[in-house]
Amino acid sequence: MLDDTDRRLLRQLQAEPTLTAAELAQRAGVSALKATRRLGRLQEQGILKGQHAVIDWAALGYAVGVSLRITLDKTQARAFDEFMEAARGIAEVTEIQTFLGRVDVRLSVIARDMPHYQQIYRGQILALPHIADIEALMTVATLLNDESLPL
Amino acid sequence: MTLDDMDRAILAALQRDATQTAAAVGGRIGLSQPATWRRIKRLREAGILAGQRVSLDAQALGFGVTVFLGVKLATKGRVSLDDFERAVTAIPEVQLVEHVLGLYDYRIRVVARDLADFERVLRRRVMTLPGVGDVEANVLLSDERRPGPI
Repeated sequence: MLDDTDRRLLRQLQAEPTLTAAELAQRAGVSALKATRRLGRLQEQGILKGQHAVIDWAALGYAVGVSLRITLDKTQARAFDEFMEAARGIAEVTEIQTFLGRVDVRLSVIARDMPHYQQIYRGQILALPHIADIEALMTVATLLNDESLPL
Repeated sequence: MTLDDMDRAILAALQRDATQTAAAVGGRIGLSQPATWRRIKRLREAGILAGQRVSLDAQALGFGVTVFLGVKLATKGRVSLDDFERAVTAIPEVQLVEHVLGLYDYRIRVVARDLADFERVLRRRVMTLPGVGDVEANVLLSDERRPGPI
């Protein structure tokens, strides 16, 4: 089970992932040895799964971000599997999420500009299998995206 | 900045595991430690490598439910957008806030312990936000991140 020390360490790590174990220990108010041990245990337990680099797609020239909310034709038994398998083949798709609600699947799609988006949308997205309906939300601004948990 | 195949390989490696040293990344793609380090530095300075993110098992930490909300504002105007944005980004359970064009004005990702906890967040924090109108909720079942066009 997690105690307050674990939570403090994870909270600090979430806030600043590049901290060294010593800095992390100091901020969480524990010894460096204890911090290292606790983090090791959290890793072994699979709670601390790893760290991933964040790529700023806009800095790479991908100025357009669109969230596509898709309803699938559920009369087809393998609609979800076949749709997702095909969506994985589109390089500009950065997220594939499934939902319980009015929307079945959501894709995050990035593109260099509107003509490029149009090309991806017509050539690849609309070619995906079992689509019943699509709604698009275009990202104007991302105000918050840290995915940290309120520990 | 235009990327070559080595830059792409470095980005892909760090996307999988950002804790690797430059030597480890270089070893994987057949590049020396100093050359790899220089490329990583350049990618950082260009803003392409924009930090790193800790990945935690939300379920194991007691956060069993993630919900995406589509929010439409009831009243618009600069003041109400500012008020809404300031208030929504301050909610601890909110992980993502995107201003969008389309059916909704905002797309919001909320994490909660369970559905009862989500209902509490929705009623007490989201529905009381300044200017909030229609809200649509979809419960996240699976979440897959793709490497993107690198």
